[in-house]
Amino acid sequence: MIQIELGERVTITVDGKEHSVPKGVNVIEAMNAIGKEKEVPHYCYHPKLSVVGNCRMCLVEVGNPMRNRETGEAVLDEEGKPKIAWIPKPVIGCSTIVSEGMHIQTNSPNVQECRNGVTEFLLINHPLDCPICDQAGECRLQEFSAEHGRGYSRFKEEKNVKPKRTRLGPRVTLDDERCILCSRCIRFSQEIAKDDVLGFVDRGTYSTLTCFPGKELSNNYSLNTVDICPVGALTSTDFRFKMRVWFLKRTTSICTESSVGSNTTVWSREGKIYRITPRRNDDVNDTWMTDSGRNLFKAYESEDRLNAYLVDGISKSLDDAIAASTALLGEGFVGILGSAHSSIEEQFLLNQIARKTNAQVDLVSSIGTGDGILLSEDRSPNLRGALINGLIDRVPTAHPEKLSKAIKDGSIKTLVVFNEDLEVLNLPMKTLKESVEIIYFGNTKNNTSDLAKVVFPSLSVFEKSGSFVNQNFRLQKFNKAIPGPFGIVSEVQVLTSVLNHLGGSADEGSGAGLEELWNQIANEIDLLRGIEWSKISDLGIQLDGSKFDSLEFFETENLKFKPKLQENAV
Amino acid sequence: MAVEEQRLILKYADEPSYTNDIECYIKHGGYEDLKKAIQMKPEDICKEVLDSGVRGRGGAGFPAGMKWKFLDRKSGKPIYLICNADESEPGTFKDRQIIHKDPHQLIEGMMISAFAIQAKLAFIYIRGEFFEGYKILERAIEEARSKNLLGDNILGSGYSCDIIVHRGAGAYICGEETGLIESLEGKRANPRIKPPYFPAALGLYQCPTIVNNVETLCDVKHIIAMGAKAFSEIGTPGNVGTRIWCVSGHVQKPGYYEFPCAAITLGELIYDVCGGLLPGKKLKAVIPGGSSSKILRADERFKGKLKDGTEFDWGIEDIPMDFDSLAAVGSMSGSGGVIIMDDSTDMVEALANINYFYAHESCGQCTPCREGVPWMKKITTRMCSGNAREEDPQMLINIADQIAGRTICAFGEAASWPVQSFVSKFRDEFEAKAKEQELLKKQGLETSKETTLI
Repeated sequence: MIQIELGERVTITVDGKEHSVPKGVNVIEAMNAIGKEKEVPHYCYHPKLSVVGNCRMCLVEVGNPMRNRETGEAVLDEEGKPKIAWIPKPVIGCSTIVSEGMHIQTNSPNVQECRNGVTEFLLINHPLDCPICDQAGECRLQEFSAEHGRGYSRFKEEKNVKPKRTRLGPRVTLDDERCILCSRCIRFSQEIAKDDVLGFVDRGTYSTLTCFPGKELSNNYSLNTVDICPVGALTSTDFRFKMRVWFLKRTTSICTESSVGSNTTVWSREGKIYRITPRRNDDVNDTWMTDSGRNLFKAYESEDRLNAYLVDGISKSLDDAIAASTALLGEGFVGILGSAHSSIEEQFLLNQIARKTNAQVDLVSSIGTGDGILLSEDRSPNLRGALINGLIDRVPTAHPEKLSKAIKDGSIKTLVVFNEDLEVLNLPMKTLKESVEIIYFGNTKNNTSDLAKVVFPSLSVFEKSGSFVNQNFRLQKFNKAIPGPFGIVSEVQVLTSVLNHLGGSADEGSGAGLEELWNQIANEIDLLRGIEWSKISDLGIQLDGSKFDSLEFFETENLKFKPKLQENAV
Repeated sequence: MAVEEQRLILKYADEPSYTNDIECYIKHGGYEDLKKAIQMKPEDICKEVLDSGVRGRGGAGFPAGMKWKFLDRKSGKPIYLICNADESEPGTFKDRQIIHKDPHQLIEGMMISAFAIQAKLAFIYIRGEFFEGYKILERAIEEARSKNLLGDNILGSGYSCDIIVHRGAGAYICGEETGLIESLEGKRANPRIKPPYFPAALGLYQCPTIVNNVETLCDVKHIIAMGAKAFSEIGTPGNVGTRIWCVSGHVQKPGYYEFPCAAITLGELIYDVCGGLLPGKKLKAVIPGGSSSKILRADERFKGKLKDGTEFDWGIEDIPMDFDSLAAVGSMSGSGGVIIMDDSTDMVEALANINYFYAHESCGQCTPCREGVPWMKKITTRMCSGNAREEDPQMLINIADQIAGRTICAFGEAASWPVQSFVSKFRDEFEAKAKEQELLKKQGLETSKETTLI
C-alpha cells in the first residue's frame, strides 16, 4: 500500500470529477483508491488473482483525450478543454489500466444497461434458493441483483440442471447450479495454492466446475475457494447449513497456527465460534489463510479443557490459587518455562516475575513442516515477542537443556510452566515429581497439570485480547470474541496479581484493561517504545527487528517472508 | 448474360489434370515467388503487402499488412505465424478447397509471410473434421521439406522456418484468433481479453504472433508474384484482390466462385453464376457472409452513402460483392459464405437453426454470451415447437442487444447479429407465428409441424 502511495500518480476524471490515483492500477483499484468501491461492481476480479474479465459486470465507459495524429498535441473543444475520444464499446474495468487524462463513466445509462443485462443473464439459470443458501447475506449476486436486477423474471424457459452436492474435497462442497463460472477458485488453486485440481468441463451454458478425474480439492488452502466464491456455489462442508451469517458477530483476530500470524475474523454467536475467515492484510497474508488455522478453535471445545483453579488437585478460588503460587515463588529457586504461544503482555509480566524472583527462564521451540505459503516452520505465534520482551535472547531449542540441568542439580524448587507437557520435553521427571513444585498455566489437562501443585486454566486466543509479533516483526493484536470458561480470568490478570503480591508495581486492571499495561510496556521495552494499545490498528504495526537479524530463525521463505540469513535451513 | 469467373487463388484448382502434389505445383510455376521473396528484404515484403491493401479473408476484413505492422518486434521474443484453417463459419467452404486442391499454394504463401515477418515457427491450425486436409497438408509439407522449401536454411538463404499442422478439437470458437492460440497451447479454446492479449504482442506462448486466414496467406503469394500495384488494381480501391464466394442454399448451382472484389453484384452471383433459384421459387433473403452476418431481405431498398461519399440506392440484386458495399448495406462480407433462401423458407426455423448452432458453440467463458445465446435458442426452439408467444420477437431483440458489444470476443456479435436482423426484418413472420399457433390451439389442432434443427 505504501509503495503505491509513494509511486507516480495520474489524474483521471470519474463521472465528471477529477481524482488523483496511483499510476498503473486498473479501473476497479482506482475506484477503491478514491473511495468509490461500490461504483464498479464485479464478480470475477480479485485483487490477488490474475485478471480474466469473464463476468462482464465491471463494464464501464472509458474515453481518452484526443490527440492530433501528426503533432501529438491534445485536441481541444470549444471551451478549451481536451476533447475526449470515447471508446465505442463499454470496456471491462478489471483489465483497463488508468492513464493520464482518462475519463470514466461508471453510471451512465449505457453502463447501467450493461450491468442490468449481466445480472439478468446470471439469474436466468440460477436456482434462486437464497432462503436456504449459506451465502445469503454475503453474496455478491444477491447484492448486485438488488441493485441491478429487475425484480421479476422474463425467462419463461426451463432452467439448466446441474449437480447440487458435489464433494470437491474433504472440506468443500459444490453446488454447481449456483456457480456463475467466474473461475476465481480455479485461478486460486493454480496461482496461490499451486495445486491445479479444479477446472470446467462441458461447454457454453452447460459448463460445470469440477475436480479433475482422480483428484480432489484437499490442499490446506481449499477453504479459501469458499471465501472468494462470490456466490453460494462453493460452501464449507463444516459451516454449511449451520448458521445465518447475519446473526454472527465479527471479531478481528490473529491466527496462532504459526509465526505467519494470518489476520483473521472470528465469527461467533452467543459464545460459540462458527467459523474463522481470513482478513485482508497485504503485508501478512493477503486475503488467505490455511484450512488448519480455521479449525484451531475446535481444540478449545474439548472435554479436557481445564475450567477451574486447582491447588493440590482441589478446586479452589482464584485468590487461593494466587496465594499458593505467591508463597511458592517467594521461596526462591524458581524456574520458568515460558511459551512462544503467550501474548506480548503475558510474556512481559512473566519476565517481570522472573526478575523479581531471580528465576531461570527458558522456552522450547515448536517446529513443524512449512508449506512455503502461509504455514511457517515456527508453529508458535509469538517467538519474536519473547525476544523483544527479553524473556529469551536466543532462538529456543526443542528441549530446555538449561532448565533440565538446573532441575537435576537441585537449583530449582518451583517451576512455572506454560502449556507444555513436561514429560515429552525430556526433563528429569523423577526429580520433578520428588522435589519440585509446579505451577501450571494451560488450556487442557495433561500429565503436567496432573502433577502440578497449582493449576491456572488459560484462556484461548479467542477468549482474551492481546498482541503477537509475527515472523516479520509485525505487532498485531487480537480481540476477545467469546467468553472463556465460567469464572476464569485472563492470564494477564493472574500474572498481574501474582506480581503485585510479590511486591511488584504492575497496575491491577481488569482483563481487558490492557491500556494501562501497555503504558508500562511502552516505557520499558525498547522496540515497543511509545506504542499505545489503542493505536495498534487492525492491520498491525511494523517493528524494526534488525536487531535480531543475526539469529537463526526456523522459517524458510514463504508468501511474505524472506530469511535474513540465507543459510538458515532447518 | 453469363459472367466469367476470374480466378487467382483457385486458378488451377479445378483443372482435370491438376493434382495437389509438388511436381504439378512446380510445373505450374509454383515456389518461384518464394525464391523471389527470399531474395527480398523482409521489410520490403511487408511493405508490398501493406501497399497492396489486401484485407483479411477470415471475416473481419482487417488490412493484413496493417496487422503485420502491429507486430511487437522490440520484445526480442520469437515471432510465430499461424494459419487459421479452422473454417467453421456455417456457409463457408473455401479454405478446404484450397487445402485439398492446392496445398502448396498455401505453403508457399505461408513461407513468404513467415519470411516477411521473420517468424521462428509457423503453424497451420486445421479444423479437426478436415482429416483429409490434414493428411494432404502433412504430405505437402514433407514434399516441400525434401526440396528445402521449408525447414532449415530455406533454399540456402540462411532463414529457417518449419510448419506444424495442428488439428483442432472441433469447436467453432477455435476459429477466433485468441481462442485458437489457447487451443494451440493445449488449453480450452477460451478467447483472451484484449487488452492486454493482442496476438501481435502477447500471442502464442505470450510471444508476438500473426494469425491469418488461409485465403489471405495465399493472397500474399500473389502479391509477391504480381507486385503490390498490380494486385491493388484487381477490384476497387479498398477492396482489392479476388474473393471466393461460397454460395449455398436454394440456388441451382451452389458452389465456390472466385471473382475480383466488386466485379459482380449479388444479383449476378445468384442468377448468372449460380443459375438462379429453383424453378418457381422467389428470392426471399440472403445471408451474405457466413451465418453470423446480418441477413438481407429480398424486397429491401438499400440507401445510404459509401465511404467515399457516393450515394447509393440499391435493390438486393444491385449490391456489389465487396467488403465496403456489404458493410454499407448493414451486413458484412465476412468469410464469403453466401446463403440464399427462397420463399419456401420459414424464417423462424432458419433463425432457430442458427441459434441452435451458436448456443452449442458458445465457449461459456463470459456471461452475456454463455447465458444469452442459449436463452435465444430456447425461445426460437419453443417457437418452432408450437408454443410461440407474441412477446417473443421483442424478447429476442432485447436479449441480443444485451449481448452484442459486451463480450470478450466477437462471438457475442456473431450470435446476436442474426437474431437482430432476422427479427427486425421479418418481424411480421415472427409475430404471425404466435397468432397462428394460438389459432390452431383453439381449434384443437397440432400447432407445429415436424422440424429438425441441424
